[in-house]
Formats: sequence, C-alpha cells, structure tokens
Amino acid sequence: MTGRALMPILVAALLIGAIPLFVSANTVLNFLVFTLIIALAAQGWNILGGYGGQFSFGHAAFFGTGAYAAAILQSRFGINAWAAFAIGIAAGAAIGWIIGYLSFRSGLRGSYFALVTLAFAEVFRILANASAITGGAAGLLVKLDVRPENFQFASRAVFVWIALALVVAVLVLTAWIERSRFGAQLVAVRENEGAAKALGVDTLKVKLTAIALSAGVTAAAGALYVQYFLYIDANIAYGTWISVEALLAPIIGGAGTVLGPLVGAVTLHGLGEITKTLAGRVPGIDLVAFGALLIVAVAFAPDGIIGLARRLRARIGGGGGA
Amino acid sequence: MSLLAVSRITKRFGGLVAVNDASLVVEQGSITGLIGPNGAGKTTLFAVISGFEAPSEGQIRFDGRDITALPTHVRAKEGIARTFQIVQPFAGLSVAENIAVGAHLRHARRDDALALARDVARRVGLGAELDKSAASLTVAGRKRLELARALATGPKLLLLDEVLAGLNPSEIRDIVPVIRAIRDEGVTILMIEHVMQAVMNLCERVYVLAQGRIIAEGEPRQVCEDQAVIEAYLGKGAAARLSARAGGAHG
Ligand SMILES: Nc1ncnc2c1ncn2[C@@H]1O[C@H](COP(=O)(O)OP(=O)(O)OP(=O)(O)O)[C@@H](O)[C@H]1O
Ligand SMILES: [Mg+2]
Repeated sequence: MTGRALMPILVAALLIGAIPLFVSANTVLNFLVFTLIIALAAQGWNILGGYGGQFSFGHAAFFGTGAYAAAILQSRFGINAWAAFAIGIAAGAAIGWIIGYLSFRSGLRGSYFALVTLAFAEVFRILANASAITGGAAGLLVKLDVRPENFQFASRAVFVWIALALVVAVLVLTAWIERSRFGAQLVAVRENEGAAKALGVDTLKVKLTAIALSAGVTAAAGALYVQYFLYIDANIAYGTWISVEALLAPIIGGAGTVLGPLVGAVTLHGLGEITKTLAGRVPGIDLVAFGALLIVAVAFAPDGIIGLARRLRARIGGGGGA
Repeated sequence: MSLLAVSRITKRFGGLVAVNDASLVVEQGSITGLIGPNGAGKTTLFAVISGFEAPSEGQIRFDGRDITALPTHVRAKEGIARTFQIVQPFAGLSVAENIAVGAHLRHARRDDALALARDVARRVGLGAELDKSAASLTVAGRKRLELARALATGPKLLLLDEVLAGLNPSEIRDIVPVIRAIRDEGVTILMIEHVMQAVMNLCERVYVLAQGRIIAEGEPRQVCEDQAVIEAYLGKGAAARLSARAGGAHG
C-alpha cells in the first residue's frame, strides 16, 4: 500500500489519539469511546453497503451477536475476555456469512435484501429477549474485575486507544480492500452485477466474503461495547438504533470511502452533543439534528462529506484533485 | 477444430420460443457473423452461450468440452467473453478501472491489472480517456469500453453483440480494423451485426437467425442472395418481387 493511502489514516489516528492526553473529563472520553464504537460498526456496514452496494438495514444482527458472544462466553463459561472478544468477531462473521448465503443465493438484492437483514435482526432481538442464556429482558452483566487480562481498564483513556486501534486497523483493511482484486470485484458488483459476471467475477463468492468481513467488523464493535459498559440487553444488542447508526454514519460521511464512516460518526455525534448543549435537555433534540443532517446530506452531498470535500478540492485545484 | 459448437439449442420464455433448435459452429481463429431481423433471438443465443440464460434444450461445447451447465463466471475463466448490446458500463468508475475489472480475471495484482487495462485501452482507441468517468463517454466510447473490458479478460472467444450499432460511418471505419486486429492476435470472434458492410468486410462465415431458427449459413455474399434470407428481412414474396424488378430494369 502506498504512503498516499495511509497518510490520512495516520493523521486521523494522531488527532483522535492525542485527545486523552489533553482532556481527562469523563464525559469527553465517554463520548469518544462511544463515537469510536459507532464508527467501527459503521466501518463494517461500509464494506458491504458502501463498496458492495448491498444495503443492509439489519447490522444489529452482527453487532448483537458480537456483543452477546463476548458477554455470554465470559459470564456463563468463564472464558477469557480477549478470547471471548475474538470468538465474538468470528461468530458475527459466521452469522453474516449465513444470512448472506440465504439471501444472496436466492438472488435477493436492493430493498428485499435490506428487509431480510432487518427481519433477521428483529428475530434475534426477540429471541435474545426471551431466552435464558442471554439473561432475557433483564440483560446480562459482565463481572467487574478491572485487570488488563480481563479486557477491563481503570483508565478510560486506554479504552479510547483500544477502540481507536480497532478503528485504525479497519481503516487500513478498507484501504487495502480498495486496492485489491477483491475490492475491484466488489465495486464491480455494486456498479453492475451482470457485467461483473460476464468479466469472470464470482459474484456470490465476492458478496459472501464482503458480508462476512462486514459482519465481523460490526461484531467487533458490539463486543467492544460489552467490554466498555459491562452490560448488554436485547434492545441494545439487536435494536434498530445500531442498524440505523451503522448505515447513517457512512452515508453522511461518504459511503464507499475509507474515512467516510469515521467522519460520519464524528460529525453525527459531535453535532448531537453540540445540539444537546445548546438546546438544553430537550428530549430527542439530537435526533432532530440527525434527521436534519441526513436531509442536508442527501440533498447537497449525495457522496457524503468526503465526496463533497473531493468535489470542492477539485474545483479549487482547477480539476486537479483526485 | 471448431472452438465453439452450439447444438440444437432451444430457449423458451414461457410460451415464447426465442431460440428454436439452433445449431452453429465457430472455427478457431475465425470471425463468424450472426445476423437476422430484430427479435430473431440473436442476443438470447449469446446469453445462452455465455451462461446468462440456461437453455431449455440443447448443448454448448467449448474447446472440446461440454459447458452447458457451467455458470457465467466459470465460462469467462474458460475463455468466453461477451459484450452487451445495451452497454453496461460500471458508471461510477473510471475507464481504466472498468477495464481493470476484466484484467483482474487473470491478474491478481492491481498494478498488473491497471497496466493491462492501459494496454488494452490503447488497442481499442481509448488511450486518451483512461481517467475519464465511464459515464462521461460518448456512445462510440462506451462501445469501445465494452470491447476493451471483454478483451482484458484474455478470452479465446469474443462474443460481440452489435458493437457497431449507433456509430456513424466514420466511427465504424475506425473500429473495423480494430476488430480484425484482435482476431489476428489469436482471438476467435462471433459477432452479431446489423451493419452489413462490416459483416461483408470482416466475416468469413455468417449464420442467419430468423424467428429463433437458423435459416441460412455460408459466406456473407452467398447468404445475402439467399431467397429465405431476403424474405426473412423483407417479408414473404420479397425475393420474387426484387428479382422481377431487377429483370424489368434490364428489359
Ligand atoms: N428475458 C426475457 N424474457 C422474455 N422474453 C425475452 C427475454 N429476452 C428476450 N425475449 C424475447 O425473445 C425474443 C428474441 O429477443 P432477442 O433480444 O434475442 O432478439 P435479437 O435477435 O437480439 O433482436 P435485436 O436485433 O433487436 O437485438 C424477443 O421476442 C424478445 O422479446
Ligand atoms: Mg439483440
């Protein structure tokens, strides 16, 4: 990979990673960890939706699977937190592959695919809410035992850096995908599936690889959520809120771009916080801001903030921009 | 040896028989034409050969092997590439990226695929448009892009579906030698074409499809004088009227 592709990633990592060195307010660090978790979930969505053009409306299915796998393995089976974290990612990827196999094999795409993913997430939510192993409606607590080998830290700053490390790892993964044969074929599937097939692309295999990767990344976000909050229930794990966050951030930031989901997550939640502070504690005011931002984005920046920035740079640079 | 052998292919869409018991062979190293009136079933036959549609009956052999059951992408790997009559560019990508998708079939590394894409673009006359968005190309440019992408897969057999349609005479004059050069470099070609001047110019052998059936085959000149072919294009009795008129003009 060239330095040109990695440079923006490095800059973003340094900017965010430096914040805990200067700010120690819990609210700020909480905000950062939460925003990075959302960014991670959104990066997962971006691989399948942004690059592959397969719009999922149910990434909660993967977020929740990662979260529950991590929580259950630790609290019910006493498995080490780091191992549980890794297994959570694998479980999410497996669920992604299975949902992908069931829907792509039968040729589902567009809004049908979106609806099927939504249905899976809802079914999982209902099951998790009712079954014993997930703790039912009461949810599941992970025992507080602050030790690094338990993936628990006294300092919130460490969590910021761990979340950031995961986000950066996926940024690098995404930049690699962009320049790989798999990435070229994935984008070809998004642009025109028939033409891709004619050029020898095994479209089913490409889509299955994409959904497994995508689900694995979003599952990592879910497992990280559990390690941070040490609690999970069905409405958090498999709720529509995370499906919406996961797709909103890339669309606002720039779907099918490396930095889009991170930029989108920071913009959305930054704006949410600012509105809350300015408008006081009016319930739901941040959601109103989200909605307004989405409308503005769809109307004026269909390629998201990254797309807008590229167009501006191209105009200012006399068409010289990339 | 024949590279492609289509034997007794029938394709039905519900009650409609789009291709009816059609057989043809394409010799290694040839340019073979497939002509016929609108709605004859030519594109459908291409879809069957390339694996987009499963035939209702019949068999396709390629390079000595029965490929009737293989999926499209495997046939591409085996060496069958097609272009689309209704062009299907990857609209959001640049010309180079479009062609690189084809090049990736036999090249895993991006740099290799892009290098091949540049090379192929030059061969079909798209060398100057590499960084342009595919969506910004003219009709002629898009036709060349179809050709370039298919060519970049490194095919043994190229199926061209009306790559000259919609081009003006000077654009046609430009692209005919490109097609001949592709064949001269060892790619066998089966082409659907309505532009008869190009068919006469390029094809060694021509098949005529009408209402799903192969009604004539032979050298282009000989096929054009065939009674059944003239009637398929111009309607029943047309051949007789034409020769009567020709006779009248002489007398
Ligand atoms: N997917 C399909 N479903 C139903 N009918 C179809 C389908 N594809 C083609 N047909 C029908 O099959 C017949 C043959 O169509 P086809 O496109 O193969 O003709 P063609 O010879 O390529 O014509 P043209 O010269 O106009 O391109 C037409 O009547 C068409 O409407
Ligand atoms: Mg046709």
